[in-house]
Amino acid sequence: MFDGGKIWTLLLIFLALMLFPLWYQKGDAVPAPEPELTAAAKEAGKCVESKEFMTTQHMKMLDQWRMEVVRDGERYYTSTDGKTYDKSLQLTCMECHSNKSKFCDKCHEYAGVDPFCWDCHIAPKESE
Amino acid sequence: MGIDRRKFLKIAGVSAMLGISGKAGFELLAPGDVEASVKDIPLTTANKWGMVVDMHKMTDTVLEKCQNACHTIHNVPDWNNPRIEIKWNWSETYEHVFSEREHEYLDEHLLEKNIFVACNHCDNPPCCRVCPTRATFKRDDGIVVMDPHRCIGCRFCMAACPFGARSFNYGDPRKAPAEYNPDFPTNPDYPTRTKGVVEKCNFCAERLAKGQLPACVEAANMQEADTIIFGDLSDHSSNVRRALREHYTIRRKPELGTGPNIYYIV
Repeated sequence: MFDGGKIWTLLLIFLALMLFPLWYQKGDAVPAPEPELTAAAKEAGKCVESKEFMTTQHMKMLDQWRMEVVRDGERYYTSTDGKTYDKSLQLTCMECHSNKSKFCDKCHEYAGVDPFCWDCHIAPKESE
Repeated sequence: MGIDRRKFLKIAGVSAMLGISGKAGFELLAPGDVEASVKDIPLTTANKWGMVVDMHKMTDTVLEKCQNACHTIHNVPDWNNPRIEIKWNWSETYEHVFSEREHEYLDEHLLEKNIFVACNHCDNPPCCRVCPTRATFKRDDGIVVMDPHRCIGCRFCMAACPFGARSFNYGDPRKAPAEYNPDFPTNPDYPTRTKGVVEKCNFCAERLAKGQLPACVEAANMQEADTIIFGDLSDHSSNVRRALREHYTIRRKPELGTGPNIYYIV
């Protein structure tokens, strides 16, 4: 093979550059974010459903709520423990989780999702 | 709970045989539970909401109050530009509102009068028929509502509505000029809309659900009782039906067959 040395060297340099994002970030993966609870949320102790359910299913639940409220006019949600809640992102969810930037945004940014809730719905004013 | 699947099926079967279902079925399973869970929840319902506007009592000040009340509660921005303005309720001269009834010898008071107009929540709404995504639809209680989540901004509904009751968000309402909207959004409990969706009067569906009257009705009646009468048109003994019996009333463009549900006492 002619110029084998040059080819292999350049190939190695090329690969090293192409895989730069992989080897540069190696070993220091960004830790999963911990959404912060407000004092009100901590005091309540429990969301409308269990923590596990809310973490994995909140988007589906909100989607279902919005369908039921807007399209069927069913405004109240009875949770599995029998409590009744107003199906409202702005009034029910954000009442406890009034720290959007430290609660909602933290995970959404990490996961790279950009829900368009806040194009219309108004997030509570955060102090600081 | 205290009831397993087998027992549930047994009771359900027996109830179905006896013709007991729905609430009665629940009563059998868990007496008092249904009442307990929906108690204290105000929910006003009707089969067909309607409005009667008494034009003798409707002055320009009242009109302004109605619009202010509505637009404040629903975060309607003021663009200060009639080309892109957004209005849920507004006022219009007699000849524009009742163009087919206007003639040159009409009583001057009537001709010069500004009339309260809003979405008519038609029986047969052309806006809903043309909406390709069913973003606008008629609820069981007669209210024609917008689901902005579904609106794609095609504006077919605006072309279809013969009353001009719909407005399009040409810009993000939150970017409306601050000098005309000093404390926008005015109601933090109600969402704004976003650029590219159509909006209109919703007969205050969110207030009705809480047992409150629509904002314009409340504002108008604060000035003088029964300026706008709001109630269930399907109920023979309701306030609106009484007003319709006692007065001669007209509607906007009834010849189009859309069946408007705002009546005017002239």
